[in-house]
Amino acid sequence: MTTAPAKAGWRFRQPSVIPGFGLTLGFSLAYLTLIILIPLSGLVWRSASLGWSDFFAIATDRRTVKALEISFGTAFIAAAINVVFGTIVAWVLVRYRFPGRRVIDAMVDLPFALPTAVAGIALTTLYSPKGWMGALLAPLGIKVAYTPLGIVIALVFIGLPFVVRTVQPIIEEIDKEVEEAAATLGANRFQTIFLVLFPGLAPAVVTGFALAFARGVGEYGSVIFIAGNLPYVSEIAPLLIVIRLEEYDYAAATAIATIMLALSFLMLLVINLIQSRTRKRYG
Amino acid sequence: MADPELYPADIHHEHASLAVTERPLARAALMALAFGFLAIFLLLPLVVVFEQAFSRGIGAFFEAINEHDTLAAIRLTLLVAVISVPLNLVFGVAAAWAIAKFEFKGKAFLITLIDLPFSVSPVISGLVYVLLFGTASLLGPWLKLHGIVILFAVPGIVLATVFVTFPFVARELIPLMQEQGTGDEEAALSLGANGWQTFWHVTLPNIKWGLLYGVLLCNARAMGEFGAVSVVSGHIRGLTNTMPLHVEILYNEYNAVGAFAVASVLAGLALVTLVLKTLLELRYGAEIAATRGH
Amino acid sequence: MEVRVSNVRKEFDRFPALRDVSLDIRSGELIALLGPSGSGKTTLLRLIAGLERPTRGTIFFGDEDASNRTIQERNVGFVFQHYALFRHMTVADNIGFGLKVRPSAKRPTKAEIRRRASELLDLVQLSGLEKRYPAQLSGGQRQRVALARAMAIEPKVLLLDEPFGALDAQVRRELRRWLREIHDATGHTTIFVTHDQEEALELADRVVVMSQGRIEQIGTADEVYDTPNSPFVYGFIGESSSLPVKVEDGQVWISDRPIGLTAPELPDGEATLYFRPHDIELLDECNGCIAGTVAASRRVAGTRRVELEIGGGRERIEIELPVGHPAAQKSRVAFRPKRWKVFPKPVEG
Ligand SMILES: Nc1ncnc2c1ncn2[C@@H]1O[C@H](COP(=O)(O)OP(=O)(O)OP(=O)(O)O)[C@@H](O)[C@H]1O
Ligand SMILES: [Mg+2]
Repeated sequence: MTTAPAKAGWRFRQPSVIPGFGLTLGFSLAYLTLIILIPLSGLVWRSASLGWSDFFAIATDRRTVKALEISFGTAFIAAAINVVFGTIVAWVLVRYRFPGRRVIDAMVDLPFALPTAVAGIALTTLYSPKGWMGALLAPLGIKVAYTPLGIVIALVFIGLPFVVRTVQPIIEEIDKEVEEAAATLGANRFQTIFLVLFPGLAPAVVTGFALAFARGVGEYGSVIFIAGNLPYVSEIAPLLIVIRLEEYDYAAATAIATIMLALSFLMLLVINLIQSRTRKRYG
Repeated sequence: MADPELYPADIHHEHASLAVTERPLARAALMALAFGFLAIFLLLPLVVVFEQAFSRGIGAFFEAINEHDTLAAIRLTLLVAVISVPLNLVFGVAAAWAIAKFEFKGKAFLITLIDLPFSVSPVISGLVYVLLFGTASLLGPWLKLHGIVILFAVPGIVLATVFVTFPFVARELIPLMQEQGTGDEEAALSLGANGWQTFWHVTLPNIKWGLLYGVLLCNARAMGEFGAVSVVSGHIRGLTNTMPLHVEILYNEYNAVGAFAVASVLAGLALVTLVLKTLLELRYGAEIAATRGH
Repeated sequence: MEVRVSNVRKEFDRFPALRDVSLDIRSGELIALLGPSGSGKTTLLRLIAGLERPTRGTIFFGDEDASNRTIQERNVGFVFQHYALFRHMTVADNIGFGLKVRPSAKRPTKAEIRRRASELLDLVQLSGLEKRYPAQLSGGQRQRVALARAMAIEPKVLLLDEPFGALDAQVRRELRRWLREIHDATGHTTIFVTHDQEEALELADRVVVMSQGRIEQIGTADEVYDTPNSPFVYGFIGESSSLPVKVEDGQVWISDRPIGLTAPELPDGEATLYFRPHDIELLDECNGCIAGTVAASRRVAGTRRVELEIGGGRERIEIELPVGHPAAQKSRVAFRPKRWKVFPKPVEG
């Protein structure tokens, strides 16, 4: 470390004896700009050059609105389901000992590793009227494949690890003594879990929900097979982008993509805000 | 964290305190819920893939694999991974070096930018390149004039794959190298090593398992990416079809055995990835950054 | 509430953390569990609270077998070493928690709970901090909140695991006095764990000295200090010197000389003599005494510590002399312990 007195005022970086700052940062920035920033700003630029009225027309087109509703709606439901079951799975994996726990723990990451198209055709086969699950549900009058319910199923598959992997480490960190304290104060197990443990888990659960939701909104590969893709019924926004592209309607594709991006970022922003607020208070 | 043996022993102890565990009935119910859910949502789809792939016997399976277009798809997938993974590997190491070893303004913002591709729909990741290089774009006419083909060809597929796998290595290495600090490097430099020697002999051994972990996840995604690649590929059989795209085509042609045969190869790859990942976490948990997932 | 621990054994994976422990605690008593790390103090406390179940033996609350009652029903106030406050609840909510979770028939109204919480905050001298979160409190303040929370349920027994362990010396001393005052004011039967003997001796009505899962001695501060009943207690509480001796016909011998001490109740054979370094009388002439050559001498606060070599220089012991005492200048010192104890050498195996 240099011993020269720190110069007052703005300084881009702290002095250091380690070499390579210019090279690595320069390369990283150049690569980031070329691969990510230029293409993404191209999208924003394209959509800005659409003009407000064109953009508004596309955005309020009934098919667009419906597709966005379906994407965000199914992603929301799937994320909600994952919050419940993902938290239970995380709880069981952390708290209970049973043979094969390691294998099951590893299996939770399957949706990260399995290509989405593979998941898509597998789920479709499984839930088609002749598939194992489909045949089981058909007598009950429940149709999954080629309905919005199918989309939810696919998104539950895709989103599960996001919830489990955010909640799991927080459950591991729970101070056992806090639970014991609650018990000695007279709280039954139910009260301990809901009054004492859940508030502590809530930020992680919200984060997991947000991650699963964001991923679900943008998901394409696993959904298009099982959804049936009926306009106004089971057509998701990413698919509509693809359809517009195939029709060479770049304007519409761009507008829908921009709306999706904006909504997703807005949501992540809100979530970040909630999180930083809880962190400040409870330390 | 990855190694369950390192969990605080008393919580999981056989004699875990009476206060911190559920009644046997509640326990059984929770476990049944968890296992049932996992069986239906994770295990069944996986089983179906292999069941369908071999539903007409092992011969039909190999016939489906050993088909000209399928082999071309496998070759293309490998080619795409071989190009895009090293690119992101170099980027990941460079970015992690700059971010973890130095203090500079705007660092948090840079990290956010690196994570950006994770929050973008794969379809949009493909779309941005179509807008950039397509016939209706600014660059389009110029590219055409010079006979450069990017869209609906291998370069476009590689670009889209690089985009979606962009953060994997970097986000694995950044927290790891931040935790390790700069002490080792400073020691090496003070002993007369130059920058490159320091990286090669000091830094790299410290991060090798984390690096491998990131590469593993990056590769899995690169070989399996569907949405982004689908938008830029043009779906030309035998030419611009990667394995996941080929699965789609076969499936849409009602060639279930063919589709699931290729799918089962990809599923096998995913299982291998999971096994390696778990082994890495078990053996080198401490040397892999605490971030898991994606 | 009386608490009776009767022949309790607790094993973890076959490892005995407590072996056959019996202990009677009178109602309203303030008891200290004192012992080295791993001696089973926390385990005993947790068994009383019902957080663990004994492998063998019974714990009685009054005349009732406590194992019939769940943790929730035992009504013990437990103060954890690291406080275990609920981080997302305010101080007032922490203190009111035990009342809030009562079944609705026995639950006080919200206003009543709030009133009780602020009363308790007064008692622990933290009035005005109701709205704070635990993260916004100092260590000593958290400790007091933890105590107030435990007392809110009007516990029959108050259990404290190293209540001052994580605090600095100054705060420890203050809280110590304050705990005694609170105990005298409320009259709860209180058991606290410590491995600080000063704390135990100063604060407790009776001290329970534990070692390796056993109770070595139970007694008042004076009893355990003045008449330790085992070599362990002698060594663990206060300072002690020890010498290998022999007992023959009720006489205590060092090598070939009797030292003027009698131990008529001991069998003949090898034994060890224990005494306090300051509890000795110097002798001018050695007519049945312990004599040694001065090997080293150093000033410790208000006294002088003299290290003596006894019997050919093999054994070294320490005695304590007033500063400026002429004996410290001499090269040879003869003395006899005023209070002492001889323990026969434990049989091998
Ligand atoms: N849940 C457990 N599982 C296994 N062994 C345990 C468990 N709890 C305690 N022990 C063992 O029992 C013995 C007594 O432990 P205990 O916590 O009662 O000691 P302690 O006297 O409170 O020590 P300290 O002063 O360090 O807190 C120790 O050897 C400890 O390792
Ligand atoms: Mg203890």
